[in-house]
Amino acid sequence: MHGAGGSRRKDWIGGALMVLLGIGAIAIGRTYQIGTLSHMGPGFFPVSLGCILVIMGAAIAATANLAHEPSEEETLPPEWRGWICIIVSLIAFVVIGHYGGLVPATFAITFISALGDRQNTLLNAFLLAAGVVVMCLLVFVWGLGIQFPLFQWGEG
Amino acid sequence: MIWQALQDLWFGFGVAFQPHNLWWSFFGVLVGNLIGVLPGMGALTAISMLLPLTYTLQPVPAILMLAGIFYGSQYGGAIGAILLNMPSHPPHAVTCLDGYPLTKQGKGGTALGITMIASFFAASFGILVMVFASPLLVQIAFKFGPTEIFSIMLLGLIAGSTMSRGSPLKGVAMTTIGLLIGTVGTDVNSGTQRFTFGLTELADKVELVALAMGLFGVADFLENVNRIKFVGSETKVRFRDMRPTKAEMKQAFWPMVRGTLVGTLFGAMPGTGPTITTFIAYAIERKIAKDPDRFGKGAIEGVASPEASTHSKTQVDFIPTMSLGIPGDAVMALLLGALLIQGIQPGPQLITEHADLFWGLIASFWVGNVLLMILNVPMIGVWVKLLAVPFRYMFPAALFFIAIGVYSTNNSLFEVYEVLVFGIFGAILMALEFPIAPILLGYVLGPLVEENFRRALLLSNGDLLVFFEKPISIGFMCVTGLLIAGQLFFAIRAAIRKRSVAQGEVHPPALHSVPDVE
Repeated sequence: MHGAGGSRRKDWIGGALMVLLGIGAIAIGRTYQIGTLSHMGPGFFPVSLGCILVIMGAAIAATANLAHEPSEEETLPPEWRGWICIIVSLIAFVVIGHYGGLVPATFAITFISALGDRQNTLLNAFLLAAGVVVMCLLVFVWGLGIQFPLFQWGEG
Repeated sequence: MIWQALQDLWFGFGVAFQPHNLWWSFFGVLVGNLIGVLPGMGALTAISMLLPLTYTLQPVPAILMLAGIFYGSQYGGAIGAILLNMPSHPPHAVTCLDGYPLTKQGKGGTALGITMIASFFAASFGILVMVFASPLLVQIAFKFGPTEIFSIMLLGLIAGSTMSRGSPLKGVAMTTIGLLIGTVGTDVNSGTQRFTFGLTELADKVELVALAMGLFGVADFLENVNRIKFVGSETKVRFRDMRPTKAEMKQAFWPMVRGTLVGTLFGAMPGTGPTITTFIAYAIERKIAKDPDRFGKGAIEGVASPEASTHSKTQVDFIPTMSLGIPGDAVMALLLGALLIQGIQPGPQLITEHADLFWGLIASFWVGNVLLMILNVPMIGVWVKLLAVPFRYMFPAALFFIAIGVYSTNNSLFEVYEVLVFGIFGAILMALEFPIAPILLGYVLGPLVEENFRRALLLSNGDLLVFFEKPISIGFMCVTGLLIAGQLFFAIRAAIRKRSVAQGEVHPPALHSVPDVE
């Protein structure tokens, strides 16, 4: 069955991811002082958690064949356009906010993320972004007095 | 004892009715209701988006507002579920099953009316339980040392990760990830910087708001973009339509009571999510009904019971959160985090040390629920219009709110990057079918678990058996063991059953698919 196969693969990947994260936690945690049970160092807790994570990851991957209902959501293709636009919009907010100020950053995050939805046209996105900028000025700048320069050039 | 509780409650009403507190409580339920109505936005998103606003407030109005957002958004969520068949928050998925058919029959208004009555009834009952149970619990809780606290937290974490929907193993893994995220920053005992990767911004710790908004805001948008199908609603609901007839009231009364009791029971158990509560309430109704066939086709019981259960659970959930400092689910973990930010340590001493906060909160539940009833009568038309706001306009604006909200917590842009990282991480985990709510639970409890674990073992000279020597601690450990054993039993049984089913029979179709957010 297609659905069950996809689910099984997801469990393998998920389990492997957990094992990797656990190993990472152990590797980094070991560089802190571990100490003994009666006098634990800062490394003790992270290393123990890393071990639990490795065990859980292995168990998830091992039981991937068992106890899994096939779900119908498998067939959805990844939504790259939406993903990229949302991720870029957040980065844009930070970068533009740092170098350009609040107004262009607000415009950028709304405009770029709006383009992630296939039904939004450029004009839609532009109007929405403009609307959010106005609201931002009213609510956050005028209403709440947020500490963020509206416009600036270069390093803030 | 009872007299004392009533006196305290009276004092609480005094606190809740102070104009300042009343205003924030009102603001909370209004905004919560509004956000809850919007498709794709649940209580977690609503609370995390408004959490930064509370930093400038006093503790009492701050927590009253956040609690108001919580139950306000539950009211709002039911509207979307009943009128549009769109659960904005997973617990409402069950409400869709019978609520939407009722709408199609032209009885959407009645369903909403019943929901409101059931919610109010259940919330009132939950509040009463809270009034009388909390002081009792506190008396026991004062006997807690680090050993007992660690045991009960372990119980809470295990319950939280195994009792929600989805695979228990994945739940435990997620809780562990949350605990690990909780260790990021400077270790309080030794001053060592852990998992900061040389970033000074991480030396403090991972920002709660950034984690919550990344996991429940950005990750949700990544998951839903271009996927939410917009269904317009032609339903017009007026207040006149919302009054149920006498026969309908009678039909809904006992389901409402049963739902309330289910919610109360599950609220008292730490770690049981709201989704599972509503599913069980619905299952019970269907099981005891004389004609189970009506369910799924617009049975009023199928709306009344789950909605009642989630509202009573919400109230009762506050008991372990406030009096023990053990949050029952992710929403409670977020509220607990908000309290910690305000410098208030939840626990047995909270009720005596911050009596105004505790009793004010309880009284404000009542006030808030009454406000919601009053608010929903004239506003129902507005809510129905709001349902028509397409997701494609909503999520970019919400993304901006998230960015500016996170920025305002420390006036620093670094936290926005944190949101992005957790957003991507959360979306990947959701795509791999991991439940992400336990991460927040682990994160909030992480530092407390570590601290108490260390202290308990320091006192016992490194003897791990100490957790099985003190009577209260043994109790919690036994329950934890039972939980794990029970999960193992069910998992093995399911695996065996599945194997026999797989040999030639057809799988039953999945009832309803909802995102894995508790």
